[in-house]
Amino acid sequence: MTIGLSHYLTVAAILFTIGIFGIFLNRKNVIVIMMSIELMLLAVNINLVAFSAALHDLVGQVFALLVLTVAAGEAAIGLAILVTYFRNRGSIAVEDINLMKG
Amino acid sequence: MVAALFFYLFASVAIASAVMVISSRNPVHSVLFLILCFFNAAGLFILLGAEFLAMILVVVYVGAVAVLFLFVVMMLDVDFVQLRQGMLNYLPVGGTIGLIVLVELALVVGTWAISSDALTAAAAPSSGDVTNTEALGQILYTKYVYFFQAAGLVLLVAMIGAIVLTLRHKQGVKRQDVSVQVARNPATAMEVVKVKPGQGI
Repeated sequence: MTIGLSHYLTVAAILFTIGIFGIFLNRKNVIVIMMSIELMLLAVNINLVAFSAALHDLVGQVFALLVLTVAAGEAAIGLAILVTYFRNRGSIAVEDINLMKG
Repeated sequence: MVAALFFYLFASVAIASAVMVISSRNPVHSVLFLILCFFNAAGLFILLGAEFLAMILVVVYVGAVAVLFLFVVMMLDVDFVQLRQGMLNYLPVGGTIGLIVLVELALVVGTWAISSDALTAAAAPSSGDVTNTEALGQILYTKYVYFFQAAGLVLLVAMIGAIVLTLRHKQGVKRQDVSVQVARNPATAMEVVKVKPGQGI
């Protein structure tokens, strides 16, 4: 019973699906939506690292590092927007976010 | 054998905690399950031989991002019960789309094959005689130094953006303004008033 590449890909696929499902399930709660996005980025990272290990190529891990950086920046900016929005409106419900009338 | 056991342990706990992230009632519990999920993903990374990324995952995600989430969840005074209303209405459409994506991913996972050229075409083949961290550093600071700098720039912009968005100047609070103090001179600070006797100002 050896653990191969496809095992890791399966785990990553399940995690990614849970992330998408979470976005639909918590459509009103921005915080949980952002956590679901973090889950999806984690699944992508697992994919990159699994391929990097299977192909003996370190570039996948470099790319995963960059994805991690972007995910951290995204979380910081998103939560800052959320705090500002809550100060202005007193709620974080997604359907209320129509100030820009887009 | 032990590696397979640990793989199944880490994978099952990661998936179970991911399910709890999206389905738990309290967002604080969601964040804590997210931390558990990241820890188990770090375990998977260690099994794959990517120790540096595993440590970075723990430091960056658990140490910074998850704590930031926790901070925001606790700081905002939100009625989360009200936000959960209508959650079951979204279950069918969300379940359908999730199922479609899962089937697509399963089809991809079930049918791919690695090209025989892929093993020889590796851009940075990893050799077994140095540690993962050292090998990563050797290519990250030489061949991919511009990407490294770009990542730093992304973090800088994110930091400035977060500060600009959340910085707030309260009115009516007395603060020391050094430049105003230094710029004071007798002409702006003093006024000579001629007071007439017996009248006052």
